[in-house]
Amino acid sequence: MTDTASPKPTSGRRWLFAALPLVLFAALAGAFFYQLRYGTDPKLIPSALIGDPVPQTVLEPLKSDKPGFGPDDFGPGSANGQPILVNVFASWCVPCRVEHPIISALARERGIPVYGLNSKDKREDAIRWLNELGDPYTRIGYDPLGRAGIDWGVYGYPETFLVSPKGEVVYKYVGPITPQVLEREFLPRLDAFAEGAQ
Amino acid sequence: MMAELGHYALALALGVALIQAIVPMVGAARGDRRWMAVAPSAALTQFGLLLFAFLALMQAYVTSDFSVLNVAANSHSLKPMLYKISGVWGNHEGSLLLWVSVMALFGSLVAVFGRNLPPGLKARTLAIQGLIASGFLLFMLFTSNPFDRLFPAPLEGNDLNPLLQDPGLAFHPPMLYVGYVGLSIVFSFACAALIEGKVDAAWARWVRPWTLLAWAFLTAGIALGSWWAYYELGWGGFWYWDPVENASFMPWLVATALLHSAIVVEKRDTLKSWTILLAIIGFSLSLIGTFLVRSGVLTSVHAFASDPERGVFILLLLCVSIGGSFALYAWRAPSLAGGGLFRPISREGALVLNNLLLTTASATVLLGTLYPLLLEIVTGDKISVGPPFFNATFVPIMVPLFVALGVGPFLPWKRADLSPVLRLLTVAFVFAVAVTAAAALVVWGKAAYALIGIAVAAWLAAATVTEIIRKAKPTASVTWGQAVRRLGNLPRAAWGMSAAHLGVAVVVAGATGASLLTEERIEAVRIGETVPVAGFEFVLTDVHTAPGPNYEATQGVFHVAPTGLTLVAENRKFFSNGQVTTEAAIESTLWYDLYAVLGDPAGDGRYTVRLYFKPLVPWLWIGSTLMVLGGFLSLSDRRLRVGAPRRSAAPAQAQPAE
Repeated sequence: MTDTASPKPTSGRRWLFAALPLVLFAALAGAFFYQLRYGTDPKLIPSALIGDPVPQTVLEPLKSDKPGFGPDDFGPGSANGQPILVNVFASWCVPCRVEHPIISALARERGIPVYGLNSKDKREDAIRWLNELGDPYTRIGYDPLGRAGIDWGVYGYPETFLVSPKGEVVYKYVGPITPQVLEREFLPRLDAFAEGAQ
Repeated sequence: MMAELGHYALALALGVALIQAIVPMVGAARGDRRWMAVAPSAALTQFGLLLFAFLALMQAYVTSDFSVLNVAANSHSLKPMLYKISGVWGNHEGSLLLWVSVMALFGSLVAVFGRNLPPGLKARTLAIQGLIASGFLLFMLFTSNPFDRLFPAPLEGNDLNPLLQDPGLAFHPPMLYVGYVGLSIVFSFACAALIEGKVDAAWARWVRPWTLLAWAFLTAGIALGSWWAYYELGWGGFWYWDPVENASFMPWLVATALLHSAIVVEKRDTLKSWTILLAIIGFSLSLIGTFLVRSGVLTSVHAFASDPERGVFILLLLCVSIGGSFALYAWRAPSLAGGGLFRPISREGALVLNNLLLTTASATVLLGTLYPLLLEIVTGDKISVGPPFFNATFVPIMVPLFVALGVGPFLPWKRADLSPVLRLLTVAFVFAVAVTAAAALVVWGKAAYALIGIAVAAWLAAATVTEIIRKAKPTASVTWGQAVRRLGNLPRAAWGMSAAHLGVAVVVAGATGASLLTEERIEAVRIGETVPVAGFEFVLTDVHTAPGPNYEATQGVFHVAPTGLTLVAENRKFFSNGQVTTEAAIESTLWYDLYAVLGDPAGDGRYTVRLYFKPLVPWLWIGSTLMVLGGFLSLSDRRLRVGAPRRSAAPAQAQPAE
């Protein structure tokens, strides 16, 4: 445009115009990088439950040899004052398969009780899935119609809630727990509880 | 086995792309023809390898090979064949593979059809294509391999999101990708020209067909996406200003501007550095769109499963390609010599106005899309910018554009006198006023803003028709009989332009009807009850279930009086994951759509129904088709096919950088 607006602009102005896109892009790239590194995940749909006690839904057991759970299985007196993870899963959910080893490691290595919420699934499919991949859960509630999922405000599969030793929902993550998510979101929060307990 | 071979082909393609990026570039710098000649064969080899990889993935989908993670996560054995195939690009990894494959296809087209390009320009253009392809291939191989295996293989797949199991959506992504990737060729041409330090009319001639092709496919892709949103999402809207829609719309706006400014470079040898900048920005916006969709930086209904790792990689890719090209621009553009001068009132002036308005509109959309992100960084607040912002900013920029678009094609180059042109347009003006007055009688008291849209559409349509008539009958001495004959002999590019401009007018009318004149009723009704909408009476006569291939449908049957039509709206519940999709029942006529959606049971035997009367909506699709048709007509003009332009100067030699 400079060559039409004024036939002979000073060379300084031409350079300025020519460098402008680069400067603007650099600023934009900086903003993108900041958002990637330090920004919050826009997919973190704020949960209405955060800060509230767990929902009053009692879930029947999935397997005959392992109990289901209800509101009484959280809070003081349960799980030795440890925080509890509630993991929503289903056998048809491929991302659930992806996060399964990480959930298992959490339960095994850190001794965190994990309650499974098996939602919108067929009982035999879910049991086969657990037999195949291993069962890391302390308790598993069965929710064939997804009613409990609605009470818990489940948005997608998988989804993981962190419940404080007092029985309040303090955090939820939508999507599979990857090593990065574990490192960034879950471990600091679990560590904070462990320090608080001492 | 095929998956491993596909993976292997990807790795080989990366090697070939790197050779294509480096050898011809060095060859062009040294003036070594043999090194430059590597470019076309590398481009063809790369395409062959990527085609093989793409077919390998498609084979995994077609045979439902769930040992491939990508297939298990996105397909299902019961899915109809069309969606098994479209599932290949219905996910992050597969769509990237499609992207690089189309890119390689374009590269090989340049290699084959670009025989008359100067060797230096051709070598450099293909080298830059190779560079971009290398970036994408690295990204795929390191973070998004479509051929990852899953062990043990599940018995059944997770299925493609049912919303995407739709013919409109099956072809929407490939069309858009052809558009985006077509812009990458233009981008590569621009960078090559900057490296050569030479932009002239011949350059603009080579670039124009590629821009036109990209533009036509982008238009088609966006229109298909919009059509899908209209009938599949069940809310009757055709455009939601969603970040991902914007991501495709911004390159379109810039490509439209580029299409027009390239004409000025070709005919008048001016606006060069501006045109180069547009060529760079067009593809850059495509890349930024990709980044926004896949990094998880913005949230959107279309967002692919994303993780920050990928985000950082794509950002790096953006910095190298966009940052690199802008740096090249900052360095070389000031030395591009300006060409012919012109007055503000002239063909050039009109095209500059077109460019200013289109780029402003594009910047507005970019600002609206990124504003939530920027605000969150500065203040930490989460907000979303919705249609009210875009309607308040975008529409006022487009209205003057459409008004001026009626006049622009009449203006001669260099300098023009406005008054004779306006005299020619008297009939068009009277027509627009008459149509607006007639429309005012119909919509009186309902939607005053709609009259602006109708006035603009009528004006533009009438002016476009006037223009083509004037081309056939330039003076009073040409008889009407001769004029009709002349009409048949007009170059296809002229018809292309008129068809595209007329398409714009028709789309404006359609958008006005769809957004401002729609009438809707939402009611809970029992079977047999009647709901009046805009003079029609909808009766819900029956609700029953019907089986589908991989879903079960609940069908609501509506009878519409007085037309006697039957509309069947469906809700489909998919077996694989229980997700429900809406299939609106739509009856289209030339002038309006009747649109019915069956909602959930509201208890005591009643169903929630949403019923719409949507005037002029079919015009959105007719207008878009006209625009695409215009693009292809213009592309088929023999000047573009045969007119292999020769540079007047000696063949480009490598020039020292300073």
